[in-house]
Amino acid sequence: MSTTEPAVELHGITKRFPGVVANHDIDITVAAGTVHAIVGENGAGKSTLMKILYGMQRPDEGTIKVNGEVADLHSPSDAIARGIGMVHQHFMLADNLTVLENVVLGAERLHGIGGGARRRIREISDQYGLGVEPDRLVEDLGVGARQRVEILKVLYRGARILILDEPTAVLVPQEVDELFANLEDLKREGLTVIFISHKLDEVLKVADAITVIRRGTTVASADPKEVSARQLAELMVGSELPVPELRESTVTDVPVLTMENVTVRDATGRAVVDGVSLTIHEGEILGIAGVEGNGQAELVEAIMGMLPAESGVIRLGGEDLSGRSTRRRREMGVGFIPEDRHRHGLLLESPLWENRVLGHQTRSPNVKGILIDRAGARRDTERIVEEYDVRTPGIDVSADSLSGGNQQKLIVGREMSGNPKLLIAAHPTRGVDVGAQAAIWDHLRRARAEGLAVLLISADLDELIGMSDTLRVILRGRLVGEADPATITPDELGSLMTGAAEGSVA
Amino acid sequence: MIANLLAKSYARTAVAALVALVFAIVVTSIVLSVSGFNPPSTFQAMFDFGKEPDSVVNTVNRAAAYYLSALAVAIGFRMNLFNIGVDGQYRLAAMLAAAAGGAWALPPGLRQVVIILVAVVVGGAWAGIAAILKVTRGVSEVISTIMLNFIGTGVIAFLLSPNRLAAKVAGSNNIGTKPIGSSGRVPGISYPGSDLKIYGLVLLAVLAGLGFWFVINRTRFGFDLRATGLSQSAAVASGVDAKRMVVIAMVLSGAVAGLVGMPQLLGGSYSYSLDFPTGIGFTGIGIALLGRNNPVGIAFASLLWAFLDQSSQILEFNDIPKEIVAITQAAVLLSVVVVYEIVNRVGRRMDQRRVAAELGEAAA
Ligand SMILES: Nc1ncnc2c1ncn2[C@@H]1O[C@H](COP(=O)(O)OP(=O)(O)OP(=O)(O)O)[C@@H](O)[C@H]1O
Ligand SMILES: [Mg+2]
Repeated sequence: MSTTEPAVELHGITKRFPGVVANHDIDITVAAGTVHAIVGENGAGKSTLMKILYGMQRPDEGTIKVNGEVADLHSPSDAIARGIGMVHQHFMLADNLTVLENVVLGAERLHGIGGGARRRIREISDQYGLGVEPDRLVEDLGVGARQRVEILKVLYRGARILILDEPTAVLVPQEVDELFANLEDLKREGLTVIFISHKLDEVLKVADAITVIRRGTTVASADPKEVSARQLAELMVGSELPVPELRESTVTDVPVLTMENVTVRDATGRAVVDGVSLTIHEGEILGIAGVEGNGQAELVEAIMGMLPAESGVIRLGGEDLSGRSTRRRREMGVGFIPEDRHRHGLLLESPLWENRVLGHQTRSPNVKGILIDRAGARRDTERIVEEYDVRTPGIDVSADSLSGGNQQKLIVGREMSGNPKLLIAAHPTRGVDVGAQAAIWDHLRRARAEGLAVLLISADLDELIGMSDTLRVILRGRLVGEADPATITPDELGSLMTGAAEGSVA
Repeated sequence: MIANLLAKSYARTAVAALVALVFAIVVTSIVLSVSGFNPPSTFQAMFDFGKEPDSVVNTVNRAAAYYLSALAVAIGFRMNLFNIGVDGQYRLAAMLAAAAGGAWALPPGLRQVVIILVAVVVGGAWAGIAAILKVTRGVSEVISTIMLNFIGTGVIAFLLSPNRLAAKVAGSNNIGTKPIGSSGRVPGISYPGSDLKIYGLVLLAVLAGLGFWFVINRTRFGFDLRATGLSQSAAVASGVDAKRMVVIAMVLSGAVAGLVGMPQLLGGSYSYSLDFPTGIGFTGIGIALLGRNNPVGIAFASLLWAFLDQSSQILEFNDIPKEIVAITQAAVLLSVVVVYEIVNRVGRRMDQRRVAAELGEAAA
């Protein structure tokens, strides 16, 4: 392979979906052995373009060249044969299979399905520090671990051109650094990486070249050495980079959520949430910092009633929640933005207005008595689409035809509806572009001023520090420390999260 | 445009079914020719016989049972539950309802209602066993309902004996429950040109179809059911109690299965005997598949199935094995799944081209 040939050339790519033009006349050239970032607002057409390069979708027009040769990609297997691998924005793993099974599925011929495959997985995992255990059930893995399995799956297939669609959205800074170190290794071995992200600082840090997409077409190329995050944001959405921050405190002394000594055990009897006590007051945002997989997911599920707490008390507004179903808890005023929107937040094949009903199917405006109030639900969906700027051709399209960030906006809008008392927000701006991020933060601040209590979990430490009134650190299921969001820096918080520093930083 | 799209999805289903039918006819023709029969004249004979008044009545009556059976299956399918046990559920329900109807001489009106209620309760309870096993012990409903079919057959054989719930039918070797008296019967509907009657309870099937559509599409319960079928994890996070849904849906499916034998029991045979039709529960699985678990689709599928069954009767007069129709039916079923997928893809592509044309190249 000659190194002067670009790894990928996309020329004149156009792709239409009912009601939208996702890509229009796109031109991108990716030099071999580089990290090439693609940025753009939600729904700009980034994922669509990458799916085209990966053979999942056929372009209506345009040509694709891989390593200088015109490629006609009919399916992902065509793409894989040309050394292209893709890690999707949303997980594509089978929950009820093990990591090993997921990785070898469809690639049985490479190293078999038994010992050979297991060895190879361990090898790759060690080589790139992915920390993937071949025999665990995917169902039991957190979002970060799943992300790494996806990456491993691609490497296992011997990809030389890697597409990563928002690989860092759920990773905390240390994990991001590790990933980027891996990317450097890959690059040194001559691999090419195409990388999509809304975190512009990261993009500037790793990318060798940047392409900006807006409304489905390439509007600019930027040199990461010359542009700032601010300029990049302006190129993307034509607006300034928002800063997460809370102005004056609205914290009251009225407790909304109180947890006393709550312990949750997994199937093996290990305490995944270990003696957690906390209180969130009206008008307070309590942020939980932690490396993914330290009990955040279980903590949330215990509050939602999706996992039983073995011991301890959870109260909402003074009422004991034990014995109350998830539905009852939601009716009492708990909103829930889940960390995995596809698994817990949406009915992908259903229209948007039915997704508005989901999780709120016993309350107005969605129901009248025992009947679904279609008119009411539809009207309110229109409102959410309007207020949260969900980019969609209409409310009758299915949820899976929305771009990832727009799906997220819909969920946030839905969970903020009906004046919740408590909002459980796991990665509320995950995959959302900088413009929409600002809008979501605004909504959160406004609801907080009106007395909403929020439990905030986020891998984005700037968001966590900027948006929290109180910060707690979770490590191996225990709340190990407290931090003052007014003074702590992301670096300090990061070392608290890994347990490198002890106690509190005030 | 919305209405347009919706109409399209129905249109796609219909087109797929038609293409599958044509394919099935081609396959059947080949089999016929290879076996030395003339396909056009065979089909002509079937069609001519099928449209005779007596045949129409039989077709409608048979379709009603198929329809109820397929609805029962579809309730489960809508939330990824496989109720393979409709067969056992309806037979046990019909038998016990027939016995109750023969034994209890209640006033007219009430008597029919009680018989139907017994059937519904028995069907629901029999399916409920599988539901309980699933939520408490994690037993797959596929396995348990198949087992319950066997057990049901055994129970029926045990109860349907002269010193228990049955008696010898006068003038034959048949054994059946005591016939339901005239106050417990449902009058039929005459059809011009035929002495046979359309069972009055065919209307029950129509009502069940309307009820199914309404409950699934318009009620909270239906929403929960569909949500569970589409994504169990999202449904649970939304507050659906998954175990409770399994029990309710399964019992409901069994209850509808209980209705399967009613049109014939109260409209024609008045007693459950050894020759009461069997196997309708299995046919219902295929019909639910063909009708895509949709009450309108299932109605067409049931009528088609019943028509093929009925019109095949003429084949024996022409010395053609009537099992040839089973080939047609199997070919429809196998091909419809594939064809639907293809039609859907072509449809989407046409959609996109239409959008492209509407938006023009200026868009973006
Ligand atoms: N399968 C589909 N059917 C219909 N429309 C689609 C489909 N997939 C994507 N779209 C539309 O195409 C446009 C581009 O979507 P895409 O997912 O590529 O955006 P994106 O740039 O990846 O956004 P995000 O940052 O939110 O992930 C959006 O308007 C989206 O609604
Ligand atoms: Mg995307």
